[in-house]
Amino acid sequence: MTAYLIRGASILGEGVADVLVQDGRVAAIGATASDDTSAVVVPGEGLVLLPGLVDLHTHLREPGREDAETIWSGTRAAALGGFTCVHAMANTNPVQDTAGVVEQVWRLGRDAGWADVRPVGAVTVGLAGTQLAELGTMAASAAAVRVFSDDGRCVHDPVVMRRALEYAKAFDGVIAQHAQEPALTATAQMHEGLVSAELGLAGWPAVAEEAIIARDVLLAEHVGSRLHVLHLSTAGSVEIVRWAKGRGIDVTAEATPHHLYLTDELVRGYDPVFKVNPPLRTAADVEAVRAGLADGTIDVVGTDHAPHPREDKDCEWAAAAFGMTGLETALSVVQAAMVETGRMTWADVARVMSFTPAVIGRVADQGRPVQVGEPANLTLVDPAVRRVVRPQDQATASLNTPFAGMELPGRVVATFLHGRPTVLDGALVERAGASS
Amino acid sequence: MKHLLSAGDLDRAQAVTILDTAAAMAATQERQIKKLPTLRGRTVVNLFFEDSTRTRISFETAAKRLSADVINFSAKGSSVSKGESLKDTAQTLQAMGADAVVIRHHASGAPHRLAHAGWTAGAVVNAGDGTHQHPTQALLDAYTLRRHLVGLRGGTDPVGHDLAGLHVAIVGDVLHSRVARSNVQLLHTLGARVTLVAPPTLVPVGVESWTADVSYHLDDVLDQGPDAVMMLRVQRERMGGGGFFPSPWEYTRGYGLDARRLARLPEHAIVMHPGPMNRGLEISADAADADRSVVVEQVANGVAVRMAVLYLVLAGQEQPTVDGQIGASA
Ligand SMILES: [Zn+2]
Repeated sequence: MTAYLIRGASILGEGVADVLVQDGRVAAIGATASDDTSAVVVPGEGLVLLPGLVDLHTHLREPGREDAETIWSGTRAAALGGFTCVHAMANTNPVQDTAGVVEQVWRLGRDAGWADVRPVGAVTVGLAGTQLAELGTMAASAAAVRVFSDDGRCVHDPVVMRRALEYAKAFDGVIAQHAQEPALTATAQMHEGLVSAELGLAGWPAVAEEAIIARDVLLAEHVGSRLHVLHLSTAGSVEIVRWAKGRGIDVTAEATPHHLYLTDELVRGYDPVFKVNPPLRTAADVEAVRAGLADGTIDVVGTDHAPHPREDKDCEWAAAAFGMTGLETALSVVQAAMVETGRMTWADVARVMSFTPAVIGRVADQGRPVQVGEPANLTLVDPAVRRVVRPQDQATASLNTPFAGMELPGRVVATFLHGRPTVLDGALVERAGASS
Repeated sequence: MKHLLSAGDLDRAQAVTILDTAAAMAATQERQIKKLPTLRGRTVVNLFFEDSTRTRISFETAAKRLSADVINFSAKGSSVSKGESLKDTAQTLQAMGADAVVIRHHASGAPHRLAHAGWTAGAVVNAGDGTHQHPTQALLDAYTLRRHLVGLRGGTDPVGHDLAGLHVAIVGDVLHSRVARSNVQLLHTLGARVTLVAPPTLVPVGVESWTADVSYHLDDVLDQGPDAVMMLRVQRERMGGGGFFPSPWEYTRGYGLDARRLARLPEHAIVMHPGPMNRGLEISADAADADRSVVVEQVANGVAVRMAVLYLVLAGQEQPTVDGQIGASA
């Protein structure tokens, strides 16, 4: 296996050292790293070296919606975005609610070879919210599922949610909740507030999210289980999670890049590229989510990468699908929203986009410190570059990025997956013999 | 004026121009031969994704009286949930050479998408979209208010004037009403004061940014002596699924306009309704048929206002004149 010498990069933005990648591991750091003169040099001067990013929230769409994304195209997008591990959400067709389907997704990911694919198991059969899926069998399968979610739908029945939280304790699983009270959002199209009132679009009240989070943290406390809150988007949600953590409840929370950066004002043009679930909220909510991420109330950034084919967005607002792509812009958005605003360091970015997501997902060989002997899952970032997002230039099979035409900072220069570069010089490293 | 998508897009001068143009159009309609040659050779498409015979006929009549060719395209029943249909339909109409598309759609923002998504090059006139906007309804309401309540009062057209100083109460299902949204914006632009009256369940969260007062008590607002009361249609279905109000009877008791409430209005005040009316629910027969009710006149004024709008979006750049009476440019 070729060795690589990453020369002169700043590790987590904290200190410059050469890093030797050999046989899938970080083999040496510092002066001894350049002892191996056969290593391919990757210039890292002025760049930041991070642990490979881990996404807890990716929709790869395969099986079932290969017109939007495949595991192959989605993991290529992940690699370009600096990710070495993605958690593939369960709302595929067929649903990832059996060992057979999660193993299929896991194998397709392994065969594609662009990122480790960790399937998320459905909490309930068919995401229907009534009967628990075979969580234990999925956990024991080759895919070793630890994260369970009906994402896209809320496990709204409190009894089902309680049972799921309890049951997952047996195999150290976590229930990742999409918090959306269904009756309060039956016809909802966008955040309920000043803009929805004017646009005449049915409102999505913040309370529909907050009420479920409040209920779930209390359930998690009652049964002593682990709860993960997906894509929280409101100031009230941040406060509830902060309160729950203060009480010692075992809850973790996620924010998406778009909820850190975009507001409901963007809906005024009725362009469905801004239609997403949960909806874009107000500037005050964005500020609260940023503050929550900075102070640790929110543990991770998850992309909620949700590709859709063109016809599902090239239409009137009400007819359009919910969701936006995010794998190839997430790190840049976090840099813009958190690093350039002085609220987070690169070490903090490593924490919320790699270390902590891997801990929540119980992924042993991802999200590890950049130290000798650790698996060489690494991301090299050039924070000085500014780039305009062009949907057609992305590796994802879909065009629905809300950042199209926006200038964002930062670019992933190289990504290493278990010692092998998936990205070099900002471009995918095609593998001989790999099929598409 | 390239499109007419929202009453909020109009400034005072543009709004007054439309009303003045409508007045000139109305004057031509009192003649034996009502048809004007103004839009000869132009094609206007009425693209209706939602049933509304009265609005479609109003636009059709307006276009025909300006000698435009009219195509009625009823897309209702053709796939409602499949969004591709609006785009496909728009491109079909573009290929057919539509100069203006009058669109009624159940989805808020559909006319905006039609105008800005690059699907068609023609002018887009919003004939009502979801619970968003119905700008020509607001314009015909403003036109009716001006004729009755500004200047000499009583059916003359005070050309050049706005609605400064008038107080208009808009009563009913504000939450779901595109008529209310358009009127709040347009009447404010024209200088009128607007009070929205509804049970709290039928007022949108976020209404605090609107240029209108909100009251939950119709009788209190009537005591303020409004110059006009505009009653909104209340759909009986709104009681289902969660229920915006407990019963029709309780709604009528709190918010219906009947003879008793009619009597509390100032003598000059007028009663309006965009139609179709639910007699016995939001308005009693006494109120609907009273002398001060201008509901029927609103319908007639709708044709003149829509003639003005079509004229201004289609012929505005060329500034043609109608028998020398219309010199206003868009
Ligand atoms: Zn979700």
